[in-house]
Amino acid sequence: MSKAKAEAKAQDARLASAADLEALRQRLIQDQDPDRPEIIVCHGTGCLANGSPEVAEALKKAIKASGLDAKVVPGIKATGCHGFCSRGPLVVVRPQGLFYQRVQASDVDEIVQTTLVEGQAVERLLYKDPVSKEAITLEQDIPFYKHQKRVVLRNIGKVDPTDINDTIARGGYLALAKALFAMTPEQVVAEVEKSGLRGRGGAGFPTGRKWKSALAAIKKKGRPVYVVVNGDEGDPGAFMDRTIMEGDPHAVLEGLILGAYALGAHQGFLYVRAEYPVAIKHLTIAMEQARALGLLGENILGSGFSFDVQVNRGAGAFVCGESTALFTSIEGRAGEPKPKYVRSVEEGLWGRPTVLNNVETWANVPQIIENGSEWFAGLGAPNSTGTKVFSLVGKVNNVGLVEVPMGIPLKEIVETLGGGVPGGEPFKAVQTGGPSGGCLPYSLKDTPVDFDSLTKAGSMMGSGGMIVMDRRDCVVDIARYFLRFLEEESCGKCIPCRLGIQRMREMCDGFSRGEGSEADIAELKSLARAIQDGSLCALGGSSPNPVLTTLQYFEDEYLAHIRDHKCPAGVCKALITYSIDRDKCTGCMACARACPQKCISGQKKKPHAIDAARCIRCGICMESCKFQAVQVQ
Amino acid sequence: MKPANIDLDEIIEHYPGRPDYLIFLLQDIQAAFNYISPEALQLVCDHTGVPLSQAYAVSTFYQSFSLEPKGEHEIKVCLGTACHLKGAPRLVEELERRLGVSPGGTTDDLKYSLETVNCLGACALAPVMVVDEKYQPSVTTKKLDKVLGELQQD
Amino acid sequence: MVSFKINGQAVQAEPGWTVLETARHHGIHIPTLCYHEAVEASGACRLCVVEVKQGDWSKIVISCMYPVAEGIEILTESERVKNVRRWILEMLLAECPGSKDIRELAAQYGVNSTRFTPHHPDEQCILCGLCVRVCKEVVGVNAISTVGRGVHKKIGSPYMEPSEACVACGSCVTVCPTGAMRARIDAVRGEPKVQLAPQAK
Repeated sequence: MSKAKAEAKAQDARLASAADLEALRQRLIQDQDPDRPEIIVCHGTGCLANGSPEVAEALKKAIKASGLDAKVVPGIKATGCHGFCSRGPLVVVRPQGLFYQRVQASDVDEIVQTTLVEGQAVERLLYKDPVSKEAITLEQDIPFYKHQKRVVLRNIGKVDPTDINDTIARGGYLALAKALFAMTPEQVVAEVEKSGLRGRGGAGFPTGRKWKSALAAIKKKGRPVYVVVNGDEGDPGAFMDRTIMEGDPHAVLEGLILGAYALGAHQGFLYVRAEYPVAIKHLTIAMEQARALGLLGENILGSGFSFDVQVNRGAGAFVCGESTALFTSIEGRAGEPKPKYVRSVEEGLWGRPTVLNNVETWANVPQIIENGSEWFAGLGAPNSTGTKVFSLVGKVNNVGLVEVPMGIPLKEIVETLGGGVPGGEPFKAVQTGGPSGGCLPYSLKDTPVDFDSLTKAGSMMGSGGMIVMDRRDCVVDIARYFLRFLEEESCGKCIPCRLGIQRMREMCDGFSRGEGSEADIAELKSLARAIQDGSLCALGGSSPNPVLTTLQYFEDEYLAHIRDHKCPAGVCKALITYSIDRDKCTGCMACARACPQKCISGQKKKPHAIDAARCIRCGICMESCKFQAVQVQ
Repeated sequence: MKPANIDLDEIIEHYPGRPDYLIFLLQDIQAAFNYISPEALQLVCDHTGVPLSQAYAVSTFYQSFSLEPKGEHEIKVCLGTACHLKGAPRLVEELERRLGVSPGGTTDDLKYSLETVNCLGACALAPVMVVDEKYQPSVTTKKLDKVLGELQQD
Repeated sequence: MVSFKINGQAVQAEPGWTVLETARHHGIHIPTLCYHEAVEASGACRLCVVEVKQGDWSKIVISCMYPVAEGIEILTESERVKNVRRWILEMLLAECPGSKDIRELAAQYGVNSTRFTPHHPDEQCILCGLCVRVCKEVVGVNAISTVGRGVHKKIGSPYMEPSEACVACGSCVTVCPTGAMRARIDAVRGEPKVQLAPQAK
């Protein structure tokens, strides 16, 4: 095709009005045959690593070889993350909704024969309820999904994120059309404000109020104004934003365009961390496809409104999730925060009024516009409306992403959806809010998970990471972990953060070796207050939270370290010893082979022993033992 | 190994000569050459009008940039919270012992670079490491044998 | 004019002034390290913290950048302020044990020893960044910058080698509050082109 022709064709594809969009949507729906089988293969980061591309490839081949009738040849659809990452690779067979877990390429012949040809479920690939041990056939009946309320994640796992038509068929960009042709920009802002939506990235600032302040600033300072997506999801243990960007990039894009329309912005930025290559790829494809259809760029849907956006990749700095550091990074400099005595809605990117919201926040906006603020405000808790996506990780049976109405009790998330701790014991603590958050003990299991209740308990919502810990996890170790993390990620500009986090970590290192006294704990608390008060930005200001909450709820465990020189969880190396239970040891020699110190001795089929003097307490013996014969005290 | 036939000028000309494209340029150069040479950094400064001292500040601030050549194989161990709880520190120590380098280091024969990263957002795979951009889920010391063995044969 | 209170004393400021400017104008002392009239404030050292109160609401801010506002109350010696100052000085004593200026400043605020072990016994630099700002904003040559980040951050020229951009003007030495730049300038400018004058004091 000649260049001119190609351009002419691209021109043809542009939708010139809301009616064009609706016509395209109707056409796409008609083209779909609801009875045609479709095999969905999850291609989220988790399933990809566990081999989902090989599964999809094998399925294609097996179907071709099976000689199925043309009418039943299913389409194979690669989708974004289904959220149930601990069970991947996941395969769902539609229209029935059969749910297969941990599928390998070697399983596909059986799936084709049993399910596609004979119409039966492959029993051994079904999910089994960990309590009742019963096999569950359908996706929607699995407790992990059944108790969710999917608003932000509604398209994820259902659409192919690299095909805009899939999203349009499911109602994508309808909210944009509604706003452009039936609402004034002020009405869009008002709708978002009435919905009660609060920022999903950290402190939970009301989104509508932020937009309103931006409008006021624009009145004073004029335009340009910028809209920015904070996709620098840095909290360890949080991956909901990655999943949204990978699995439903158009929701983020549509939200951003709506914000741009509301504020009169013509340029936007998507700041995405470099560790998320698939998210960057899917967003880039989404932008290209939206531009080709006239949903982004000049004269969107023929409305006269123009807006475009570019992707900025992060370069490996946690602090760039902080608004002023993020702006500095987009401007091309080292991401050091600036004091925020003037808010970024007034002076943000290049000193201009700027609205920065997190990925999940933007992705909520289209549905608020489409379904109305009342619908949204009816979800969740009074002061924390809507739903929230959480990533459940750590010592929990069902690792993955869940979306629930705000305000449900902590234990419901961990136990009902997460299936509790492996082995059935109660959880010891749940860390929420990442390095800025805190550790909630089991005794607070009934705490409603909303912005205000978590803050009251000394933690915070943060981006929604939930790290479940059991009795084998040590709180002193967790405090040291977060301090080390923040020490490495501190930009180093202000003294309380640069030096203070390091010194807090050194004090906790001392505790983990059994050094220190109760007076040192008091000093640590005093230093923590100085860091909270004195730090330049929220990274430093909230850095003491993991220490302070573990001290608040688990002081006994700290005292066990410094007073009794014991680590009850068996984690802190200076205070533990490994030994082998003679009754359980079968003499298989796996530990002796794995030991890097070669300090485990014993004859084949006879109990082994560890030479404590030479042991470096690396724990490899324990990991390699299949008989739980290695103990730690 | 990255192909050596990538043209530095081509990367540089791809972006307008403005300071806000500094990070874009450094990222592309890092991706193409595995590090940013002094010559490349100077060319980027000439193109964007950023003083060398500031470009140097930026390239030492962000973790993705390296001013020294990296090893042929890059091993990144995730130190996210879930990975920490499931034994990532043990993995790092074991890799340090086997490769004889600390995180951030490259072996003398330029074969391996060992890095740690703060959460890849792949917590269901914990502990996870990425070897030459391929995710290795649920890594144990035993699995390490296999992965390193495969690299050795390359 | 903007009217407010510092430590109970009624003060007036021009609109656009900071709390620090107002305090100095009225002879109220607030300690600083990274502040200098010649360059833009950066808010790095945090030594100039004050507590700002407005009704029931109160928070800690840095006086070198906090804009004055009608009716606020500033406390320069509240418990919270003193706690931040104490820990900053105690950490600085361990961070740059080589600096006489820091020892004297800390002693003025009653901090005579530190519970922390120094990492580098000869270090004098507190990374306030005044040298970098003066080189950029006043001299305009950008010979030096911060290098690295977090606890590994340093001040230096590219590749820690003598800089072609350096004009050996010595402005960085002049603004340095701890004497660190005096020891470091030869690494930036290469062969000493001009002898530094003896330290004025």
